[in-house]
Amino acid sequence: MASDLQTATFDYLLRLGDNALVLGQRLSEWAAHGPILEEDLALTNVALDLVGHARLWLGYASEIEGNGGDADRLAYFRDQREYRNVLLVERPNGNYADTTARQFLFDTWHLYLLQALSSSRDERIAAIASKAAREVAYHVRRSGDWTIRLGDGTETSRERMQAALDAAWPYTGELFASDEIDRDLSERGIACELETLRTPWRAHVERVVAEATLAVPTDGWMHSGGRRGRHTEALGYLLAEMQSVARSIPATQW
Amino acid sequence: MVAREPELADVWNWLGEIPDPEIPAISILDLGIVRDVAWSNEGGARTLRVAITPTYSGCPAMRAIECDIAARLAREGIAHLAIDVWLAPAWTTDWLTESGREKLRAYGISPPRVRAADPHAPIDLISAVEEQAACPRCGSFVVELVSRFASTPCKALYRCTTCREPFDHFKSH
Repeated sequence: MASDLQTATFDYLLRLGDNALVLGQRLSEWAAHGPILEEDLALTNVALDLVGHARLWLGYASEIEGNGGDADRLAYFRDQREYRNVLLVERPNGNYADTTARQFLFDTWHLYLLQALSSSRDERIAAIASKAAREVAYHVRRSGDWTIRLGDGTETSRERMQAALDAAWPYTGELFASDEIDRDLSERGIACELETLRTPWRAHVERVVAEATLAVPTDGWMHSGGRRGRHTEALGYLLAEMQSVARSIPATQW
Repeated sequence: MVAREPELADVWNWLGEIPDPEIPAISILDLGIVRDVAWSNEGGARTLRVAITPTYSGCPAMRAIECDIAARLAREGIAHLAIDVWLAPAWTTDWLTESGREKLRAYGISPPRVRAADPHAPIDLISAVEEQAACPRCGSFVVELVSRFASTPCKALYRCTTCREPFDHFKSH
């Protein structure tokens, strides 16, 4: 990597790719464990989309890195401290309301981010983002539907959905906190300032949560650090499972 | 080496014989994923360049489609082939051919409607049923959405409330 711009873009692509990869892996854990067959299929389809996005982002990142690696190399041979995903996506699946809350809060943010990146001055980023945004629009509708269905459901499902939103909420602050990489790339027209996503995100979340007859949690202390490689314990277990086969026979051709 | 360079029209015909690996009722041309075919000179060798685009980013059939294209064209003696994957402009179901839509219906999959809407228009994120699907069996529009995802990401699962049959709907995308 020659320039500061390349270093910043590489790091930015890792953030995008790692968000998609880690959440895709989390959702894959539901395969054959979904509460109903349709949801089993839906979750694994969403996972497939996300892993597809991760392949595109990390593929581009490895080209910029320029050391002969590829997307698989970045996915399977980086350790926890080198992962750049937000903490929200590494949270364990929990019960179905927990999975739904995590997904809904992330999907909504993800869509607005990808829409903003669709007009990136980096043509490759713009192409990947505009393709991904159309897929993520389905994700937002599905996770919003389920937030409403569980919230405006039975007494138990309503209680769990509210508890799940409350538990996931302290992980949403990180989604809107730009750092020097976001600001530098935004000035160059490549990325976007994360603060600009807060208003549309909040509006959609409020609309769905109201329809779900639930309360939007109050903002309090927010966890952060994932985008700089400081993660919760949960990510280590996820990576151990995801990377074990590739690491035990590293030279294998698949 | 081929004695004579095949005409591009013939190449398009051969590509039109390749079925989609996941929905074999339609061809990869019906699906609209072949974006360009052209001859070019690559290091002195006449090379056929075929550009394809994925339907969905994570479509697991892309590798199979690339292999199918290479195998089909090898049978015609095309030795130098390059397959490019284009991401932009993003694939849309508007590129499905008319005959492809009919083949889908006959196969039991409700085809997508043509999306005349501006792709940059704001997306309605809350509408319960985003489009009108018709039962491929009885033609009824009285249907209900069962799940936004079905056997593949490109389809949604519906149920016809007239004839009670469940069916896949190819989502407008």
